Amino acid sequence: MYHIKTIAAATAIALCAPAALAQDSITVAIQLEPPNLDPTGGAAQAIDSVLYSNIFEGLTRFDADGAIIQGLAQSWDISDGGLVYTFNLAAGVTFHDGTTMDAEDVKFSLDRARAEDSINAQKGLFAGITDVTVVDPLTVQVTLDQPNGSFLFNMAWGDAVIVAPESIENIASNPIGTGPFTFTDWVQGDRLEMTRNESYWGAAPALASATFRFISDPTAAFAAVMAEDVDVFVGFPAPENLPQFEADPRFQVLVGNTEGETILSINNKMPPFDNILVRAAVASAIDRQAIIDGAMFGYGTPIGTHFAPHNPDYVDLLGNSPYDPEVARALLSVAGYPDGFTTTLKLPPPSYARRGGEIIASQLREIGIETEVSNLEWAQWIEEVFTNKDFGLSIVSHTEPMDIGIYANPDYYFQYDNPVFQALMEELNATTDPAGRSALLVRAQTIISEDYVNGYLFELAVATVAKAGINGLWVNQPTAAVDLSGVSWSN
Amino acid sequence: MIRYVLGRLISLVISLIVASIVIFAVIEVIPGDPAAFMLGVNARPDTIAALRAEMGLDQPVILRYFNWVTGMLQGDFGRSWTYKTPVADLISDRIWVSLPLAIYALFLSTIIAFPAGIYAASRRGGAGDITIMGATQLGVAIPNFWFAMILVLLFAINLRWFSAGGFPGWDNPLQAIKSLTLPAIALALPQAAILARVMRSSLLDMLGEDFIRTARAKGLSRRQALWRHAVRNALIPVLTIIGLQFSFLLAGGIIIEQIFFLPGLGRLIFQSISARDLIVVESVVMLLVFVVILVNFAVDIAYAAVDPRLRTKT
Repeated sequence: MYHIKTIAAATAIALCAPAALAQDSITVAIQLEPPNLDPTGGAAQAIDSVLYSNIFEGLTRFDADGAIIQGLAQSWDISDGGLVYTFNLAAGVTFHDGTTMDAEDVKFSLDRARAEDSINAQKGLFAGITDVTVVDPLTVQVTLDQPNGSFLFNMAWGDAVIVAPESIENIASNPIGTGPFTFTDWVQGDRLEMTRNESYWGAAPALASATFRFISDPTAAFAAVMAEDVDVFVGFPAPENLPQFEADPRFQVLVGNTEGETILSINNKMPPFDNILVRAAVASAIDRQAIIDGAMFGYGTPIGTHFAPHNPDYVDLLGNSPYDPEVARALLSVAGYPDGFTTTLKLPPPSYARRGGEIIASQLREIGIETEVSNLEWAQWIEEVFTNKDFGLSIVSHTEPMDIGIYANPDYYFQYDNPVFQALMEELNATTDPAGRSALLVRAQTIISEDYVNGYLFELAVATVAKAGINGLWVNQPTAAVDLSGVSWSN
Repeated sequence: MIRYVLGRLISLVISLIVASIVIFAVIEVIPGDPAAFMLGVNARPDTIAALRAEMGLDQPVILRYFNWVTGMLQGDFGRSWTYKTPVADLISDRIWVSLPLAIYALFLSTIIAFPAGIYAASRRGGAGDITIMGATQLGVAIPNFWFAMILVLLFAINLRWFSAGGFPGWDNPLQAIKSLTLPAIALALPQAAILARVMRSSLLDMLGEDFIRTARAKGLSRRQALWRHAVRNALIPVLTIIGLQFSFLLAGGIIIEQIFFLPGLGRLIFQSISARDLIVVESVVMLLVFVVILVNFAVDIAYAAVDPRLRTKT
C-alpha cells in the first residue's frame, strides 16, 4: 500500500509540475448553459456570461465596477444637443475570421438590431436611433430622435455587441467577434472552449485558453469545486457552503453585488393592492433581514427602493418601511381589512424566490394576509405573471442594470401608473448632464418608495468561488459577464 | 411464430401512433409561450411575434403535428429553437453518453444480480441468503440520487479517484468509461437489488415445480437441477424486469445526469423543458418511447425464444 501511494504521489507530482510552472488555462463553471451563442438574439443571461467581452465587444463596455468605458469606440463626440453621437473606432481591429471590423460593421449591427424583423431581446435599447451613417471606415455617426442620457450605457449591453455580416448566419453556433478570445468548441450540455486571440487589437490576455462548464445542480456544483474539477465557479448556487470554502486555504470566495433588485412585486391594479395603505401595510410587514438570513444565508443588502445600493445615486429609503407588524396591522384596519384578506403569491424557480416566498408568506400571515403560494417555472411565470398579470404578489430579482424606467410603463406587469413618475422619466431621458440626472434619479427612487409600489427586499449578491492564486476575476456583476481578459494565475 | 411476431409488430406501430399524439398534445398544453420565454421580460410584442413566426408557431396545430410526424418518418426531427441546430444532431451527440451509460449500468446490475440471486436461492434460509436479501432490501430502499452523492463525496472529493462529473468525450475511451463509472454504479446498484430479488424468487418458484422434482428423482443433484432446468425457466420474469430496467436506465438517468453533469439525453430533456424548446422535448421523448417500445418488442421475441409454448400459441 505504501508503495502504491508513493508511486501515485510521484506520478501526480510529475503530471502537475509542468502545469504548475506555466498555468495559463482555466476552467470556469457557471450554473446555466447558454441556449445559443448569439448575444443579439435572446434574453438568456448565460449567453452574456460566456461571451461578453471574451468573444464579443461593443462600442462601449462595462468595466468590473459597472462604469462605462471605451470598447471598440476609442472616443466619441456628442453634438446637436445630444442628438448626434460620432464614434471613432479603434484601428486595426479584425474579427476572428480575419475580416476587418470597420464602420460598416457597426452600421450593420445597429441596423440589424433595430430592424422590423429583429429578434433582439433588448430592442428598446435601439429604439431612439433614427439613422446610422458611415463617415469613413473608422468613424460612424448615430442620430437619435431625442436626447438620450443613457445611450452610451445602452451601447455597452451584451445585446449591442458588434457583429459582422460575413459571419452572422451561423453566429448562434459559431460566434465570430472581435474579442480577446476565439471560440473553438462547444460540446452542448457539457462545455464550451475558447483560446487566446493572437491578433487581438487590445492588450493580450494572460490566459491561453479557457473552458466553460455548465453545472446547474447545487450539490454537483459543490462537488465539482471541492474535487477541483473546476478552477472557478461564478454565481455559486449554494450559499450555505460558502463558509466551508472560506475556511479552506485551497480556495478564495468573492462575494460581490449585482444589478438584481429583488422585490416582492405587487399587482398595483388588483384590489386590494390598488389601495396605497394596503401596499404600505405589506411593506411594513416585511422583515428584510430575516429574509436575507433565511433565504440567502446572510448574503444580500437590504434596499428601500428599486435601485442598486452601490450606485452613487442611490438613496437609503429603508426608513420609509421599517419592519413593524403593529403598524402594518393598523394600516390594514384603516384600509378596511381589519381581518386581512387572501391573495396569490406566485414564485419563479430561483432559490431567493422559493425560500424567500415561504418566509414572506409567514410574515404576511402575521398581519392577517393569507397567501396561496404556487411555484412556477420561468416560462409559466412569464406567461401568467408577466404577460397576463394574473397574480397578487410575486418575488423576482430585476437583474437589468439601471432599470428604474420600468416604473414609467403602466403596462409593466406590476402595473404602476403614475403620470408624475412618467414625466420624470421623460425628463431624465432628455437630460445628459450628470448632476441633473443624479437629482432626477434621487426623486424617482423617492417617489416609488413612498408609493410603496412593490415590497423592496434586497440587492442580490453574487458569490464566486475560485482556487487561491487566480487573480483578476470580477467580484461584482454589473452585467452578466465572466470577463477573462484580465484573469491570470499567480505562482 | 410469424403470426406471433406480426401481432407484436402491429401493436408496436399502434403504440407509436398513440404515443405521438399524446406527446404532441401534452406538450401543446404546457403553459408558457416559448417565444416570450426566450426573449425575456424586456422584449417587445412585435419582437415576440417575429420570433413566433420564425419558429413556425403561427401555423395551425394540426399542420404542425402533421409536419412533425412526416418529418420524423424521413429522419428529420426539426431544428432546436434555442440551440438553433438540428435536433437529430443534438440527439446523436447525447445518445453516445446515455446509451453507453445505460448499457454499462445494466451490465453491472446483471453481473451483480445473477450470481447474488442464484446463490441466495440455492442457499435458501441460510446465512448467505439472509445477508444477500438484507443487502438487497437496503439497495431497493436507497434512492439512486442519494447514493450518487455519497459516491461523489467518497470517490471524487475525499479519495480523488474520479472526477466529480462531466464527460470528456469518446476520443479517450478509457477516460470516457472512467467518467461513466460512478454514474453507472449509482444507477446499477438499486436495479441490481431488484433484479437479484426477482431472480431469487423466480428460481425458488421453479425449484418447487414438478419438473424439478422429476429431475431430482432421476438422480440430479440439487445444484445440477438448479443449473440445468431451473435457471433457464426462471429467466422469463427476469427478462421482463431487464427490459423494463433498460428503458428506465435510458430515460431515467435524468437525475443522475444532473448530479454528474453529464451531457446525456436526460439532461437534454431537462434543459429543453425549462427552456421551452418544445421541438426538442417532443422529439427526444418520442425517441425514448420508440426505444422503450422496441425493447419491449425485443423482450416479447426473447420470451418466445426462451419459452417454446409462446411460439405455437396465437
